Amino acid sequence: MIDRSPLPDPIIDVRGLHYGVEGRKIFDGVDITVERGSITAVMGPSGTGKTTLLRLITGQSVPSAGSVKVFGEDIGGYGRQGLLALRRRMGMLFQNGALLTDLDVFENVAFPVRQHTKLPEPLLRRLVLMKLEAVGLRGAAKLMPQELSGGMARRVALARAIVMDPEILIYDEPFVGLDPISMGMVCRLIRELNDALGITSIVVSHDVQEVGTIADRSYLLAGGKVVASGNAEQLQATHDPAVRQFMDGLPDGPVPFHYPAGDYRSQLLDAGDLK
Amino acid sequence: MRPVKESIARIGSVALFQLSILRALGPALARPRLIVNQVYNCGARSLVIIMLCGLFVGMVLGLQGYQLLARFGSESALGVAATLGLLKELGPVVTALLFAGRAGTALTSEIGLMRATDQLTAMQMMAVDPIRHVVAPRFIGGVIAMPLLVAVFNIVGIFGSQLVGVTILGVDQGTFWSQMQNAVELKDVNEGIVKSVAFGVICSLLAVFEGYHTEPTAEGVGLSTTRTVVASSVMTLLVDYMLTAAFLNY
Repeated sequence: MIDRSPLPDPIIDVRGLHYGVEGRKIFDGVDITVERGSITAVMGPSGTGKTTLLRLITGQSVPSAGSVKVFGEDIGGYGRQGLLALRRRMGMLFQNGALLTDLDVFENVAFPVRQHTKLPEPLLRRLVLMKLEAVGLRGAAKLMPQELSGGMARRVALARAIVMDPEILIYDEPFVGLDPISMGMVCRLIRELNDALGITSIVVSHDVQEVGTIADRSYLLAGGKVVASGNAEQLQATHDPAVRQFMDGLPDGPVPFHYPAGDYRSQLLDAGDLK
Repeated sequence: MRPVKESIARIGSVALFQLSILRALGPALARPRLIVNQVYNCGARSLVIIMLCGLFVGMVLGLQGYQLLARFGSESALGVAATLGLLKELGPVVTALLFAGRAGTALTSEIGLMRATDQLTAMQMMAVDPIRHVVAPRFIGGVIAMPLLVAVFNIVGIFGSQLVGVTILGVDQGTFWSQMQNAVELKDVNEGIVKSVAFGVICSLLAVFEGYHTEPTAEGVGLSTTRTVVASSVMTLLVDYMLTAAFLNY
């Protein structure tokens, strides 16, 4: 079931997206609209190209066909300098945090500000401490990334992602490998930051429960297409087998448990090569 | 044909990468603190191994040189022979080989791990050019550190040959130093400096190139590190031959 009701003021508009790598088709006509100020979730089983979609939205990859419009302009038309300017309006949270390992927590958060502005040191200090306070880690300012837990690293990365006050915040698998407490913290932060700062958020994840509680609209990707979209209730009400398998966490279904293989019996009895 | 094509493509990639570093040199030089850190990382942290190896190479030169020169009754020329050998050949070449193994591998694995842990992509997403911020300072740091390391290697090497030649084997101290002073010219020193800068460029460039283009896996980082040592060593020896031939006007 695909909800095609019109959305107001799209900040990101993906239309008829086709993309492939080394002959393998990853997207085969994907349409996604992200409206300003919303939290949009992109979900799907592993390997469906969720992270690739983020690379296309941020201009790190170029689509084979179709358009990816960010702030109303096609990403291909930005050019090198334009892309750099565009990325200053975006923040991104990576799966593992991607903190710079030679800098402490404070300097990691201060890094983009130091690179792009000449903010006086006292002001920079206050700004960084405010962002760290927002993620609850002001007390960890002098720790090195190696001293942080997975959840803490993710929160520091979040502070870094919002330090330049971006308009769009992109989360790549923000819940992977987190304990339930950290997961709850990150979930709450995504919602609070989105509402308090007026950011537009895109969350790529396969954690149905967590994403369902915070997303205004979700897109479910499978087989290179959007197989369902809508809010949490609409997705739960879907009867499509591919959607049901994902939402209910069923081990077998349209996404098969077994990787394609030859005949089991003959392979057991035959001592030949495994093909 | 395929390996040949791949090799040519690789050389092309290294050349393009060098161009992108050259474009980033200006902005990188504007942040001298980053470069000083890298000179420390590549240079100061390699000092002990360079000094140790310099001492041993110098001592071996003292022994072998003495044995050879004694056959012609020219032991007094030991100072000249050892110094010229160190300044023109052994100093730059051995230092470059050690640099590739110590600093080059460290550079490759550091940048490679940054690639594997998305730090370079994160920089790009923060509109920060990793070539400008990560690669160029490390390249410049390596190029500055190499001639300094070669100078240290040569000084310790000459001391080593003096230690064996004069202190142990009994060559006259005054002859050892005065013959060296008379025979060694500025052009000999210059030859060593040119070589050390050239090797600095080669070893640093290959190290940062391999690190930046690492496949983001544990195996990938290991492979890149190995390639850095192998490619740097081979290229150092090849370019050494070419430069020596050029200096001797062949």
